[in-house]
Amino acid sequence: MSAATHATHAVEPAETPLTPESWGKLGMWIFLAGDAVGFGTLLAGYGIMRASSADWPDPYAALGINLTALMTFLLICSSVTMVKALEWLGKGDKRRAINYLLFTALGGTIFVSLQAYEWTHLIHRGLLINGNPWGAALFGTSFFLVTGFHGLHVTGGVIYLLSMVRWILNRPDPAASYNAVEIAGLYWHFVDLVWIMVFTFMYLL
Amino acid sequence: MSAHAATAHGHATHEHHDLGFLRTYVFSTDHKMIAKQFLFMGLFMFVIGGLLALLVRWQLAWPETPVPGLAGILTETGGVLEPSQYNMAFTMHATIMVFFVIMPILAGAFGNFCIPLMIGARDMAFPTLNMLSFWTTFTAGLVMLAGFFVPGGHAAAGWTSYAPLSSVVQYTGVNWGQNIWCISLFTMGIGSMMGSINYITTVINMRAPGMSLFRMPLVVWSLFITAILLLLALPVLTSGVAMLLFDRWLGTSWFLPSGGGEPLLWQHLFWYFGHPEVYILILPAMGIASEILPVFSRKPIFGYHAMAFSMIAIAFLSWIVYGHHMFVSGMNPALGMAFMVTTMIIAVPSAIKTFNWLGTLWGGRIQFTVPMLNALAFVSMFVIGGLSGIFMASTPVDIYIQDTYFIVAHIHYVVFGGSIFGAFAAIYFWFPKMFGRLTNTALGHLHFWPSFVFFNLTFFPMHIIGVGGQMRRIYNPLQYEFLQHQQHWNVIITIGAIGLGISQIPFIVNFFWSMVAGKPAPLNPWNSTTLEWTAASPPPHLNWGPTLPTVYRGPYEYSVPEESADFSPQTQPPRAVAGARRH
Repeated sequence: MSAATHATHAVEPAETPLTPESWGKLGMWIFLAGDAVGFGTLLAGYGIMRASSADWPDPYAALGINLTALMTFLLICSSVTMVKALEWLGKGDKRRAINYLLFTALGGTIFVSLQAYEWTHLIHRGLLINGNPWGAALFGTSFFLVTGFHGLHVTGGVIYLLSMVRWILNRPDPAASYNAVEIAGLYWHFVDLVWIMVFTFMYLL
Repeated sequence: MSAHAATAHGHATHEHHDLGFLRTYVFSTDHKMIAKQFLFMGLFMFVIGGLLALLVRWQLAWPETPVPGLAGILTETGGVLEPSQYNMAFTMHATIMVFFVIMPILAGAFGNFCIPLMIGARDMAFPTLNMLSFWTTFTAGLVMLAGFFVPGGHAAAGWTSYAPLSSVVQYTGVNWGQNIWCISLFTMGIGSMMGSINYITTVINMRAPGMSLFRMPLVVWSLFITAILLLLALPVLTSGVAMLLFDRWLGTSWFLPSGGGEPLLWQHLFWYFGHPEVYILILPAMGIASEILPVFSRKPIFGYHAMAFSMIAIAFLSWIVYGHHMFVSGMNPALGMAFMVTTMIIAVPSAIKTFNWLGTLWGGRIQFTVPMLNALAFVSMFVIGGLSGIFMASTPVDIYIQDTYFIVAHIHYVVFGGSIFGAFAAIYFWFPKMFGRLTNTALGHLHFWPSFVFFNLTFFPMHIIGVGGQMRRIYNPLQYEFLQHQQHWNVIITIGAIGLGISQIPFIVNFFWSMVAGKPAPLNPWNSTTLEWTAASPPPHLNWGPTLPTVYRGPYEYSVPEESADFSPQTQPPRAVAGARRH
């Protein structure tokens, strides 16, 4: 059905479509807008609770930022490899495109692994979802909720990227998968951008 | 489909005929079948939500007397509703009506049915996602219903589930019911996001040649704007209920002052979603009325552009008025004043719409068909509900009537008098296209007139007892000396509510009888101009023949002086000057 529908809108005229190359691209942008509201709600809740708290711990001291800075760097690099993957696909080099996609997925995997390590480390130091030794309980709550929600997005993104590798392999013509990979890239860059927000608001400020 | 069909469609259609029962009726990706699924789900839940309302009404009219027919279920009390069960009944009445009746029927069923057909598309942009959206919502509905059968009963903290009442098990005695309420709404949030992605993409990308934005029927405009509101409002609730679940399950304290949290945060999150939600419920009904009034007045809609822009204004304003739900919750007076002013401003676009509907009717040749009667009921009841809304927008008045039956009257004039009459109008209007058969007019009248009378008998006196001081959500009004003198109104209201319930029987009979045995519907039974009436009744898979329809004119060209027929379909090419445009 999806193939048939794809064929349908590929051949039929429509009045001033915003993304004539594919409906999926607009769909992804719309999804990201909704997802951003979900993240925004969590971050707003976090900000309000922190602003009204008298004993909010110093995140810099409690969480440490060295490892997180590395994770951030890694995620930004994975956005670069995502761009390269799309670029090579556009040039018709499927092998390089797949390699860069795999690098991107690897970046995401290492990111999530480091996050798992970080969580374990912090839990051992006493940071729990409903309490911590340094002050306001909501410090831990918001930390785990927001970074956890983001971590789920990265995990989903890695699976999404790997499915794109399969997508390219199944299509002899590199141009046939360009659009799908571009849409996956939108998602990946969004997850990256959200992390910059999370890193800024939860670790640095 | 003809042999000349373009290969792509011919192929798809051919594929369709091979689909088995499961893919055609259950896991269908056809927007029209999904629309029917949403409609059936909504109507089923409507019965449950209505029965819960009757439970509440029985208790308020004849407190602590056995509810007829319930002696077998509530064996311990011999059919008397206990306070905890009463709380459960009003909580679930509102939850079901808002999330599983009005949203599935207006946004789910008519969003799916109208958008592709009225913009000249073959299906939604993402048919599989569309199917997933229905089944996610359906699962959410099943989960919600499952809550009635868990120990401790269903959620009982009101449909707003204010924390900390909802976040501490001991406060209501409900454990699993409230968890299920959260899980169900979380799931529904995901389903509605899939739906809104589909609606927005379809409207932006898939309009047939010639269907510019300002040639779209107003119901498509309203559903498009509703989808944007859904997209940007529901995730707030989704995140909010996740936080509530964390509080309940993991011992966190987002909304608990004892752990450093803030109950008002829940109210902010809930109403930041909740107020756009009110417009999610009413905007599609506004669109439906804008569609039906011109057809049965045989006149163009008055002020097409003003109608579209006023809906955009309402959607925008709906984000900055939500604080009016919290005037007595504790708010900086300056902020309260700001919310009061924005709330009053939202009356302006609403009034533009009302006057335009009246302008459409003015001097028209009005045909009092069943859909028209329901649409007129929508307009008139919405005016009453809208006007009582302005009372509440004023902070000093609101402090007095907050949490009284005046509010209950207001919300029911808007969502029953508005949304539900709009839904009835839509069902009668599009039924011939949806099922290919006409509904029975006599049964339609038998449904409409008693519904309209009993509706007013039920909800108008609520204004009176509300100003008289009766609080909402109280178990037994007779416990309060100052309410005893107006108890007769409670009895009248309940009699009205029972009548309103009974009035729905002709509707149910009509709906199912017409579906199997109604007269076969012609292509365009109402002589309407919009695109869906040029498709077969019911439209086949992929809606149109080999080529998409081409649109040459606006959607409301009725009684155009130079034309011979009194309506000019959107597909009719202009006669004289090529390229002449008319809205």
